[in-house]
Amino acid sequence: MAHISYEESKTIATKTIIVLGVITIVEVLFALLGKGYLIDGFHIHLGIIGIVMIMLSAYKAYLIVYEFMHMKYEVPSLVKTVLLPTLLLIWALIAFMWEGNDWYKRRAHIDGKNAEQVQPVVPQGDLMLKDEENTITF
Amino acid sequence: METDTLEKDYETTQNSANWDGGKPPFKVSYGKLMMWYFLLSDAFTFAGFLIAYGTLRFSMPSWPVPDFVFSSFPGGFHDLPLLFVTFMTFVLLASSFTMVRAVQEGHRENRNGVVVWMFFTILGGAAFLSCQAWEWTTLLKAENMTITLNPFGTHTESGVYLTSDGKAEGETFSIGSSYLLHKYDQHHGDDDATHYDGPGDYADAYVDENGFIRRKFKVTDGQDVGIIKSESLGPKAFGALFFFITGFHGFHVFSGVIFLLIIMINAYTGLYEKRRNGYEMVEKIGLYWHFVDLVWVFVFLVFYLL
Repeated sequence: MAHISYEESKTIATKTIIVLGVITIVEVLFALLGKGYLIDGFHIHLGIIGIVMIMLSAYKAYLIVYEFMHMKYEVPSLVKTVLLPTLLLIWALIAFMWEGNDWYKRRAHIDGKNAEQVQPVVPQGDLMLKDEENTITF
Repeated sequence: METDTLEKDYETTQNSANWDGGKPPFKVSYGKLMMWYFLLSDAFTFAGFLIAYGTLRFSMPSWPVPDFVFSSFPGGFHDLPLLFVTFMTFVLLASSFTMVRAVQEGHRENRNGVVVWMFFTILGGAAFLSCQAWEWTTLLKAENMTITLNPFGTHTESGVYLTSDGKAEGETFSIGSSYLLHKYDQHHGDDDATHYDGPGDYADAYVDENGFIRRKFKVTDGQDVGIIKSESLGPKAFGALFFFITGFHGFHVFSGVIFLLIIMINAYTGLYEKRRNGYEMVEKIGLYWHFVDLVWVFVFLVFYLL
């Protein structure tokens, strides 16, 4: 923080908090608009809402980490040790959403399997099975 | 200031080996570096929780709609989607700003400035916790959501509700619309929910053993056209996920407020003034506090906006 004066850093902080506030209002209005609360019968596709929201939130995260937490003024190697591991989360996110979607697709199949019942076989004649009948073939 | 000498050290030796010892290669103190790494690990914990939320949400045919679930406002107001949580977000953002100001005052060794701005930060944190307490109370007491019961449901078919004489002539609803199951012994003002005198089967509803009124309806589209069904409880996981994730965040805010208090008192007594390191302790708790705000950005995104 030694590179910028006290007055300058004060201005930066004020600007940052205003931008954060404005983005939050935009996010809420966009969510309400997209889901049809502001204009009757007007909807935006959920995927588009999702992408816009995630991008705006990522920008908010950038502002908080880089300006409020002063990551901008740290040594590059420190920045890398903190931020690079978080990239692993991108794959975690994709992998688990994928998995969740798969669970959803299998729901009907699993319900069907759970409802299945084995027909009981009534033994006829002698109860001793012959060897050939006892072997299971796949 | 110690930070200035650290910086000079760093610049004069940048081209020689930074890792030979005797100087901090990252130009920050041990405490600050470890705070960063603690926050990194905490970020993974929160990410795990939020990803679990996403996975379960993706795996369900329906999920409570946040604009419907979070639409109450103190003073008995309803149908104000997201207004209260937006207010909570602003409270936390404002306290983050006052924290920045406290750190800046610390850099120029201004004791009174540090104490005053930290005090405002504590007020912000306490206000946020109060808001959360109100939100939880509303969900638990008035709306009967617990970690194992979720009365917020979403229709997966269009249909028409049955009237009290059992005819399919009540209001209609379309697929994807939300409902909240009420309890028969709990009054909600405009409701005429008084004609149920206990769990059992009624012409227009089925009251289950927990007392939830599950209104009956006739399906008007899809493969079950014409069949009479009753409303079901929403996905069970929602309540547990909501209370655990916002609770874990709230616990972070709470411990943050405690540490802010301790450090504010220390600053007031002149402890950090003696250390002459630009109130580094204030900087460390500042990092933590901004992280709590950062996590809220994502909790807000995942629970309320999407």
